[in-house]
Amino acid sequence: MSDLDAIDRALLNRLQDGLPVTPQPFAPLAAELGVTVEDILARLSRLKSDGYITRFGPFYDAAALGGAFCLCAMEVPEARFEAVTEQVNAHPEVAHNYERAHRLNMWFVLATETEDAIGATCAAIEAETGLAVLAFPKLKEFFIGFRVAA
Amino acid sequence: MRLDPLDRAIIAETQGGLPLVAEPYRAVAEALGLPETELLSRMQAMQERGVIRRVAIAPNHYRLGMTANGMTVWDVDDAHAETLGARVGAFDFVSHCYLRPRALPLWPYNLFAMVHGHSRAEVDEKRAEIAALLGDACRAADMLLSKRILKKTGLRLAGGRS
Repeated sequence: MSDLDAIDRALLNRLQDGLPVTPQPFAPLAAELGVTVEDILARLSRLKSDGYITRFGPFYDAAALGGAFCLCAMEVPEARFEAVTEQVNAHPEVAHNYERAHRLNMWFVLATETEDAIGATCAAIEAETGLAVLAFPKLKEFFIGFRVAA
Repeated sequence: MRLDPLDRAIIAETQGGLPLVAEPYRAVAEALGLPETELLSRMQAMQERGVIRRVAIAPNHYRLGMTANGMTVWDVDDAHAETLGARVGAFDFVSHCYLRPRALPLWPYNLFAMVHGHSRAEVDEKRAEIAALLGDACRAADMLLSKRILKKTGLRLAGGRS
C-alpha cells in the first residue's frame, strides 16, 4: 500500500461514506481536500485499475432490485465434496458458494426471481444430492458501520 | 418497494458503477435518453426510499490489507436480539449483520456477523469485542472461517444487463 499518498487515502476513507446525488458530486470534496475535480477523477481511475476499489456508484438494496435471497447451508461428506459442489454450482440461482470449516461445510446464497423459487431450488438440490439443505432467510438486517481504513 | 420501468432502467444502467467524469449523472441521463433533472430527481427519490443506500466507492478490502475474515455466529436471547444486533452491526469491522432463524439442534445461532481484519489475530480480537458487548445475553457462539470460494457471481437486477 506504499504507493498510496495522503490524498489517495483521504479519498478511500471519505468516499466510502458516499456523495450526494447532485450534478457535480465531486466538487465539494475537491474543495475540501484542496485538489481539482480532474485530480480526483484521475486518482479514482488509478485506484480502480490498481485494484484498490472495484467501482464507484450507487449501492442498491438487493431486495429492492426485485427477487428473493436466502443463505443456505449443507453438511457434505468430505468424500463427495467436489461432486456436490458441481451439483450445487450448476444451479444458476446459486450466486455464491463458500467452503467453511464447520460440520455445516458448504454455505451458499440463492438469488431468485420469486420467494417460491427459493424453496423449489432447495428441494431440487436436496433431490439431486440426497442431502438436507438448511435455509437461513434473513429475519432482520442491521445497518452496517463497516469501513476499511486506508 | 415500487419500481417503475424507468427506475429499473436507471438501476440496470448504474448498478455496475457510474462513469468517472465530473458530471456522471449527465452522462447516465444521455445514455438513457432522459433529461438530467429527471434522472437526478428519480435517484434522489430512490435514495430517500432506501432503494439506494449510498453513492460511494466499493473498496477492495483484500487489496487494502483486510485479508482475514470470519463468519461469527451467536445464540442471543430473542428478547434482546434486535437491540444487540443493531449495536453489533454498527462496529466498523462488521460488514454484514443479520438475524436468521435457528435450525435446532444442529444450529442454535440466530445472530450472524461477518468480521474482517488484517490478520486472524485481529479477527479474534474483534470477535472478543462482540462477545464482550453481548455479555450474558449470548448463550453460545462459533466462528466459521472460509476455506475456499466455490462460486462467486455478482447479485444483479433480475433481467437487467450487467
